Amino acid sequence: MKKLVERLIHCGDTIYQLKEETVSLISFLGDMAAAMWECILHPKRLRWKDFLFYMNNCGPDGLPITIMINVLMGVVLAYQAEVQSHKYGADNFLPMVIGCTILRELGPLMVAIVATGRNGSAFAAEIGTMKISEELDALRTMGIRPTRFLVVPKMWAMLLMLPLLTAVGDFVGCAGGYLVLNSEIGMTLDAFLRLTRQGVAVKYFFEGILKSFVFAGIITTIGCWRGFRTGNDAVAVGRSTTSAVVTSILFIVLADTFLAKLFTVFYGWQG
Amino acid sequence: MNDTDAKTAAPAPAAQPGVPAIEVRDLSIGYGDRIVLQGLNFRIEHGQIVTILGGSGCGKSTLLKHIIGLYAPLKGDILINGRSIVHAEGEERRSIMSEFGVAYQGGALFRSLSLAENIALPMEELTTWSRQEIRKRVSEKLALVHLDGYESYMPSDLSGGMIKRAAFARALALDPKLLFFDEPSAGLDPLTSDMLDNVILEIREKTGATIMMVTHELPSIFRVSDRVIMLSAETKRIVDDGSPAWLRDHGATEYVRSFLSRGGTFQSSTTEPGAPDGVPAP
Repeated sequence: MKKLVERLIHCGDTIYQLKEETVSLISFLGDMAAAMWECILHPKRLRWKDFLFYMNNCGPDGLPITIMINVLMGVVLAYQAEVQSHKYGADNFLPMVIGCTILRELGPLMVAIVATGRNGSAFAAEIGTMKISEELDALRTMGIRPTRFLVVPKMWAMLLMLPLLTAVGDFVGCAGGYLVLNSEIGMTLDAFLRLTRQGVAVKYFFEGILKSFVFAGIITTIGCWRGFRTGNDAVAVGRSTTSAVVTSILFIVLADTFLAKLFTVFYGWQG
Repeated sequence: MNDTDAKTAAPAPAAQPGVPAIEVRDLSIGYGDRIVLQGLNFRIEHGQIVTILGGSGCGKSTLLKHIIGLYAPLKGDILINGRSIVHAEGEERRSIMSEFGVAYQGGALFRSLSLAENIALPMEELTTWSRQEIRKRVSEKLALVHLDGYESYMPSDLSGGMIKRAAFARALALDPKLLFFDEPSAGLDPLTSDMLDNVILEIREKTGATIMMVTHELPSIFRVSDRVIMLSAETKRIVDDGSPAWLRDHGATEYVRSFLSRGGTFQSSTTEPGAPDGVPAP
């Protein structure tokens, strides 16, 4: 009986915390939307110096790791697909499989996961540390909205750079796949490009880019929100950082699932 | 909290006759169900330097954060220059907040900005002053805290004492007539602490600002404070209120007298010994 009561109490606490987190996230989203709208109406209020800094941070700085991961994903995908398709003599379908998978799913997803690890965690740690060192309090008492000051430059930078990184990731991922097909079954570049054009529609590329916009929003929102929710000690910053990464990845996969279904409904099963 | 940040030039308004700089009415503060302080009533007149004193964990910094509007109290009201910061919202709240400057315990300087950029920030964000005007004012503020020449330094390049002085300069950015300093001399060596005391007295002399600070440093309190408001963690109330020397010699309880006696025989430089209400010496 006692255990049952304890479990009920624990369950109640969890539900209460979940409700608190949801209310806080919704409130943060509203505040962020208002701040972003304010910067659209009054571009001078955007902190341009910070915006350029985060553009460089989210884009060019993340390019090497993005290229490496996506090339390797293309290589792994090509190897796995080639083993299976070779059994059925379906090698000609490989460029299509690689192209569709990378452009629609793996490209945007892997780039977003890398960006979550690099930038989402950094946003949470930066804002969390600012909270501990009372810099957020200082902004509030100065009459400056912290979301406009801290979140908006990051959000615009991420919305601009993540789709660009995704485009690069798509390209190098397909290139990785081609390298494997060329070395394993001797497929020429001409044949690879011809078969890719036959099986991969341009809309798949834009589908992936559209997803990357959504992922950029998720990474920045969750990273910054976790930063603002940081407790008052150094351990809390670590907890916020971890939580930012885990929560972002969860939301990215959820959004990806939702968008995959949406595009399937939109395009029909013929793709 | 403060949710608007429209650009408006924000010179501090002149003190209204008869209206205290800060008035706290029947204030109770805490977190959730936990009461930290209750039944607080006091007024701080313009031009005074008032210290909030008390043992560790008695809620000094929490009280300060309530007065500057970062937290909402459980009960009661806080009036800044006659206007309630507790009940104000939006533009009115921003307007009240623009009437004071705050220097936080660790300085709270933005690490990605240089010293000059830190001080210029409230001017750029909240006023319509030209760049030239802002540059001139930044230089003035830095000179006031003896940091002229350090404009391009980053906060990470500064010592603890310099960071505190830079925080003072940023608090003074919009020429407020009310300043809050949270533990200004915490963690500093006696000589640096002494220099900060001089800076505080200079700020008061040059700007005529009312200063409310939270500190444990008894030498600093005796040197700069006109008045001390002593809090107790046990009763969660104000235990005594008066000039430092008065409290040391005639404090209401043994606790108050012994607390202030730990400061030795420092003589207040600004207050007539024995003045119970801490009126500044002419």
